[in-house]
Amino acid sequence: MISASDLRLTFGKGTPLENPALRGMSLTVNQGEFVTVIGSNGAGKSTFLNALSGEVMVDSGEIIVDNVDVTRLPTHKRAGMVARVFQDPLAGTCEALSIEENLSLAIKRGQRRGLTAAVKKQYMEQFRDSLSSLKLGLESRLGDKMGLLSGGQRQAVSLLMASLTPSSILLLDEHTAALDPKTAAFVLELTTKIIDEQKLTALMVTHSMKQALEVGTRTVMLHQGQVVFDIQGKEREGLEVKDLLGLFEKQRGLEVDDDSLLLG
Amino acid sequence: MLSEIALYGAIETGLIYGLVAFGIYISFRVLDFPDLTVDGSFPLGAAVAAMLIINGWNPWLATGAAVLAGMAAGAVTALLNVKLKILNLLASILTMIALYSINLRIMGRPNVALLSEETVLTPWYDLDLAFHQVPVLLFIIVVMICLVLMWRFMKSETGLAMRATGANARMARAQGIATGAMIVLGIAISNGLVGLAGALFAQSQGAADVTMGVGVIIIGLASLIGGEAVITPSSVLRALFACVIGAIVYRLAIAFALNADVLGLQAQDLNLITAILVTLAIVLPGVRSSVASKFTRNKA
Ligand SMILES: Nc1ncnc2c1ncn2[C@@H]1O[C@H](COP(=O)(O)OP(=O)(O)O)[C@@H](O)[C@H]1O
Ligand SMILES: [Mg+2]
Repeated sequence: MISASDLRLTFGKGTPLENPALRGMSLTVNQGEFVTVIGSNGAGKSTFLNALSGEVMVDSGEIIVDNVDVTRLPTHKRAGMVARVFQDPLAGTCEALSIEENLSLAIKRGQRRGLTAAVKKQYMEQFRDSLSSLKLGLESRLGDKMGLLSGGQRQAVSLLMASLTPSSILLLDEHTAALDPKTAAFVLELTTKIIDEQKLTALMVTHSMKQALEVGTRTVMLHQGQVVFDIQGKEREGLEVKDLLGLFEKQRGLEVDDDSLLLG
Repeated sequence: MLSEIALYGAIETGLIYGLVAFGIYISFRVLDFPDLTVDGSFPLGAAVAAMLIINGWNPWLATGAAVLAGMAAGAVTALLNVKLKILNLLASILTMIALYSINLRIMGRPNVALLSEETVLTPWYDLDLAFHQVPVLLFIIVVMICLVLMWRFMKSETGLAMRATGANARMARAQGIATGAMIVLGIAISNGLVGLAGALFAQSQGAADVTMGVGVIIIGLASLIGGEAVITPSSVLRALFACVIGAIVYRLAIAFALNADVLGLQAQDLNLITAILVTLAIVLPGVRSSVASKFTRNKA
């Protein structure tokens, strides 16, 4: 379980560019939930995920992961609990390292690293098995440099890396947004498959409201650094994009045009 | 033609600069941390080893102490960067400048002669080898040991974490790697190798001098870049061999250039020539890496 309460974060405090990105953001995600996150550009979605992973430190509020207060822990100390896939397909992997080296880095996520060889024989079967589930033929290219792979292939490997070891939560920040539609669909399908099979707890930011309703078990919308609505179960079933827009308008009492939300 | 003594002399110095190139490989290539500390840690290693030797220390222990001193200098640079957030290049210049004073303090004077002292080379002169071949033999052994250790380290879990830190720090943190600690460790190892090079150089030249570090960074870079031109560094092992080969080829080229009277070059022109060569060589990889950085810039 991961619980964020009353997170506040202002970028550029005390400067003319002062920008309150999180303004009392609270959300509790239970074990096994798959939450999709939507919100317009600048709503604070990435900042929220960065706060959960430790990439940015909140000014106030509290983040609890599996009963551990991680609010002040740096990224690397939370990494054992928090797995991530970034929007930029090049960000989640090291192009200068081989596929097997990238996977070997990931298999030790959040654990002590010693002086034994990083790429171990006993990993190979697991690596080949998970790579072959991608059906990209990567299982026979373990020694290839990551940089030789396409964006979609790299994002697929990033997903594998994030799910190679258990985590309390998997954070996905518009991880299909930079891919062409066909590859995006493939990576999304892979995402839902991995989350289902491994019963992962996940938070997925998406720029598509349609997608937000189609996958996952719960949908939250952020606006100006807060949750404006949070729907799940019966309430969420059969909901359409226009209903979401209606919900948003009702909550905020203001007009929004479809585009500004879809482009987030 | 180059005399046999000059030839061996060039190889001997090349091997020492191979160690410097290993260090620069860690800072510039593995960690992407432009570290100029080496201009200070090279004479630091020389000064520490020389002073301990003239005070009766075993030369190998004195050399070990020089390595530790170099590592401490590197750690200071890295900590200035990681903890105090000083730009890496500036942090290294600060340490380098400070080391100039420290090295003078250690030696108490601008240079210390080792001519009549027992050095790591002394026992090797009993071998049935020509005088000028002895340092080459010993330094080949030392360089090969360092190469194997470096190679094993870079392939280890910690070494891989260090490589990831330099290649993609955000990804490294997300994998639970303490990137700050990796930078401190890497820059310490880098300067430890340079301290070792300084200690061996002082012992083979018979003196430590406070100015002997001037331009070490540029010669080390020239060796690294030159080596990469000869051996494509597609793996860690190849990159390490490239360092050694580059350093030796570079010293041989310099020896030939100085030897060729038609060119009219003198020893004091060396730093100028090196600087020009490095500038020329950087242009190509520079273009490549600036293109690469466009593709790797992280978007939040
Ligand atoms: N590192 C940063 N420094 C300053 N401002 C930032 C930074 N990151 C995000 N912001 C600002 O915080 C707000 C929220 O951004 P972000 O979380 O990226 O939004 P979203 O992901 O929902 O589009 C935006 O106004 C953005 O400009
Ligand atoms: Mg975003």
